[in-house]
Amino acid sequence: MKLGKKLGLLSGLAAGVMLAATGLAQAADPLKVGFVYVGPVGDHGWTYEHNQGRIAVEKALGDKVKTSFVESVPEGADATRVITRLASTGHGLIFTTSFGYMNPTVRVAKRFPKVKFEHATGFKRADNVATYSARFYEGRHVVGLIAGKMTKSNVLGYVASFPIPEVIRGINAVAIAARSVNPKVTVKVVWVSSWFDPGKEADAAKALIDQGADVMLQHTDSPAPVQAAQGRGIWAIGQASDMKAFGPKSHLTAIIDDWAPYYIERTKAVLDGTWKSGDVWGGFKSGMVKLSSYNSAIPADVVAMAEKARKGIIDGSVHPFAGPIKDQSGKIILKAGEVMDDKTMLGMNFYVEGVEGKIPQ
Amino acid sequence: MPEWFIPFLLSVVTASTPFVFAGIGELVVEKSGVLNLGVEGMMIVGAVSAFAAGVTTGSGPLAVFTGAFAGAAMALIFGVLTLYLLSNQVATGLALTLFGLGLSALMGHGMVGKTFPGLPHLEFPLLEQIPVVGPLIGTLLLGHDVLVYFSVVLVIAVGWFLNKSRAGMVLRAVGENHNAAHSIGYPVNLVRLLAVLFGGAMAGLGGAYLSLVHTPLWVENMTAGRGWIALALVVFASWRPARVFVGAYLFGGLTIMQLHAQGLGIEIPPQVLAMAPYLATIVVLVIISRDSALVRLNAPACLGKSFHATG
Repeated sequence: MKLGKKLGLLSGLAAGVMLAATGLAQAADPLKVGFVYVGPVGDHGWTYEHNQGRIAVEKALGDKVKTSFVESVPEGADATRVITRLASTGHGLIFTTSFGYMNPTVRVAKRFPKVKFEHATGFKRADNVATYSARFYEGRHVVGLIAGKMTKSNVLGYVASFPIPEVIRGINAVAIAARSVNPKVTVKVVWVSSWFDPGKEADAAKALIDQGADVMLQHTDSPAPVQAAQGRGIWAIGQASDMKAFGPKSHLTAIIDDWAPYYIERTKAVLDGTWKSGDVWGGFKSGMVKLSSYNSAIPADVVAMAEKARKGIIDGSVHPFAGPIKDQSGKIILKAGEVMDDKTMLGMNFYVEGVEGKIPQ
Repeated sequence: MPEWFIPFLLSVVTASTPFVFAGIGELVVEKSGVLNLGVEGMMIVGAVSAFAAGVTTGSGPLAVFTGAFAGAAMALIFGVLTLYLLSNQVATGLALTLFGLGLSALMGHGMVGKTFPGLPHLEFPLLEQIPVVGPLIGTLLLGHDVLVYFSVVLVIAVGWFLNKSRAGMVLRAVGENHNAAHSIGYPVNLVRLLAVLFGGAMAGLGGAYLSLVHTPLWVENMTAGRGWIALALVVFASWRPARVFVGAYLFGGLTIMQLHAQGLGIEIPPQVLAMAPYLATIVVLVIISRDSALVRLNAPACLGKSFHATG
């Protein structure tokens, strides 16, 4: 979901769109797997993790596959061109890794029925187009528990990007989890209207710290909030990849996207001829969502609690959105004993009890 | 006084200073009759160069100098293309921005994930111990990094230069009527080149402030559109140095205030604030354009026009 990265795309274009060597066909005719990235592989976040997945495919399947990637591809006409080019140069499987590639992917897929396509975070499918995304909220549940235990001021700060269901779901998951271990916790949210603006993210973090937050969470892509937290001596949770380098003392843990297992599994399926279109929304269980190493400053019992929750989510005994859940007005929206279905989670547009303020309209 | 007030003021100063540098630089460029839309590109190259120099040498002053130098180097490309090869200023400026964004990404490849300790602050512990007013004075006037003080000195110096010095008058003459300036023997393109270089150095300094002080790290596109806001500020300020300063703090203040307001539960749509500086610029443009005399008084008459000496 990198809707707001237009500027990033321009930069990539100016740097020269780079097509990694696709190589010559070898004797065994390896399967050519193509990847389309929205940002540069060095963004230290979203695209970086997708590229790690590509590297893992090469490692796991060796000379049975040949991967290539195109980075910093703008979402739009350029994406259609790049995907067409990959499809017409003998790629058997193509991963398009940003929400905005949805229509280009479906359009190109129609013209190349033999090529398999995998589109991240979208909802349009076809016989040769599958979709996949990650249940980041499962990670948010665990970090919410840790934050609820670590806070002294009982105020959690949350630097948010855009008020879309994915972001709101993360905020709510943190609030519910933190309050389950510490009912006094409130979550303060500041929206910066950008996926990526280090200066503004840092300013938002500082504003939250000034107002009493002592654990900083974020749903934006730069490590600036972690760095701001380190500068003011409070805790922080990293986003999308390990951000320890930017705040070694503050960094409690980070939610990491790990696409490698899925990419390897799907590539194998194409090699075996068992590939089918479908929709995968993976979390801790499938290994798509992970946590980076815990800060040694977290007490052992808190680590144990976090690990128990993580294992509970894997075996199904814990659900981040389990009733009773109240909205901000205190009205019960999910009864005790029930868990929220995927459809409600995917369209989430309300705050739960414990989150301060209103969702910007 | 609520306890968040002093940190709030501190945040405003750090958020506003990059705009002051980039804005005052572009003002001088435009006063000489050149429109350089490449501020964003010069800023980002300044940011990455300063950060790279800071990380490799560990020296703050050297990092700052490198940032300014890199901005000026970018401006030199623009100056040669538009002044001597007579390319279109608008198109060249836009290209400079795109080039700068790409170049900085390339230059910063190995810099992602590194950190820099920041610049030294001036401390006056005795003054801050004065009861009641001490902390306020300490926050407002003292204890900032050196670049903040330099930005204030810079605005005053540019104001003096443009209005009181002979060289400044020549620069304005070149911007108002390059044919007349040429006919009485002033080197029009040389004056403009120097102004462009100064503008580039200041934009680079603004970028350096971002990567060394505001958020001491390097990530691609970290200027995030601040160069465009600096451009808008020059028009908003109707080409007056003091007003660039006020405008920069007004905008920096609005941004920080909006973030604090959200935390305090006061509802202002963040999107409204994001468009505020541009909206203000349009309003100011409409107001000053109503009266053609006012326009002539403020905007350099030869802004954006190429000069080619004939005869």
